[in-house]
Amino acid sequence: MVNLSAYILVAVVLFGIGTVGVMISRNVIILFMSVELMLNAANLALIAFSRALNVHDGHVFVFLVLTIAAAEAAVGLAMVITLYRNRETVNIDRFDMLKR
Amino acid sequence: MNLDTIIFVVSAALAVFGGTMMIAQRNPVLSVLYLILSLVAQAVLYVQLSALFLGAVLIIVYSGAILVLFLFVIMLLNLRGTEDLGTGSRPVSRTAKFILAFLFVVELVMVVRTGFFRGQGEIGMMTVQAPDFGSVKTVATLLFTKYLYPFELAGILLLAAIVGAVVMTRNPGEDDSPPVVTNSPRDNSPKGNE
Repeated sequence: MVNLSAYILVAVVLFGIGTVGVMISRNVIILFMSVELMLNAANLALIAFSRALNVHDGHVFVFLVLTIAAAEAAVGLAMVITLYRNRETVNIDRFDMLKR
Repeated sequence: MNLDTIIFVVSAALAVFGGTMMIAQRNPVLSVLYLILSLVAQAVLYVQLSALFLGAVLIIVYSGAILVLFLFVIMLLNLRGTEDLGTGSRPVSRTAKFILAFLFVVELVMVVRTGFFRGQGEIGMMTVQAPDFGSVKTVATLLFTKYLYPFELAGILLLAAIVGAVVMTRNPGEDDSPPVVTNSPRDNSPKGNE
């Protein structure tokens, strides 16, 4: 069997990769996918803790997080389509209407 | 090194590799494919942690529905990775972002290594695992009894997301009132007979 801390380590590294992706990506779609990766890293940690403590509550939380990820993807991609229709670009630096 | 450890190391390496390649790609289609690779490797980790139901849900819902939605949007917008994405933000340099994220990971790893997990043994050694741990029945029982209200609220959230997505992507110039038929002879003829 594998240590609990090994699973948590994988989750932490995946979360860090998602953080880097959110900070460095200039394509808004890749930025969204980095957020999805961070959500999945949190899910992995929840499932590992759930298995270690032998309770199912973590599984229910993961189920709800998956629901929220689906809702977020639907609304976020709708926003991307609307922004692309108005600005003709997916460059995140061009979406600065609120700063002007 | 037994089979469990080998499966864990291969899946973890694939998950991290997929995530890294995802943020390194310029072409969004390749990016989605690498994210799918990472998610399938994570589903293997779920199954290894006896979360059979959620492993299946991760592949079916995430790789099968959400990432296909991403691919659909990428192909709808016709993104090929050749767009002009500018030079990035000047105030915080790219190196500073990497250092910041690396320090964040190091901090979390320190918490994991020095925190309250150190005294714990291996997974499965701490508590006796139930025979049907992670099955559909046990998860669903909890979902429909203890967590019934969050479950119903998640349904409302999904409905709100559907309505929001449809309202947002509707073409603003489009007239959405039904077409009015005027001077149609077939509509007028019964009235004339009366």
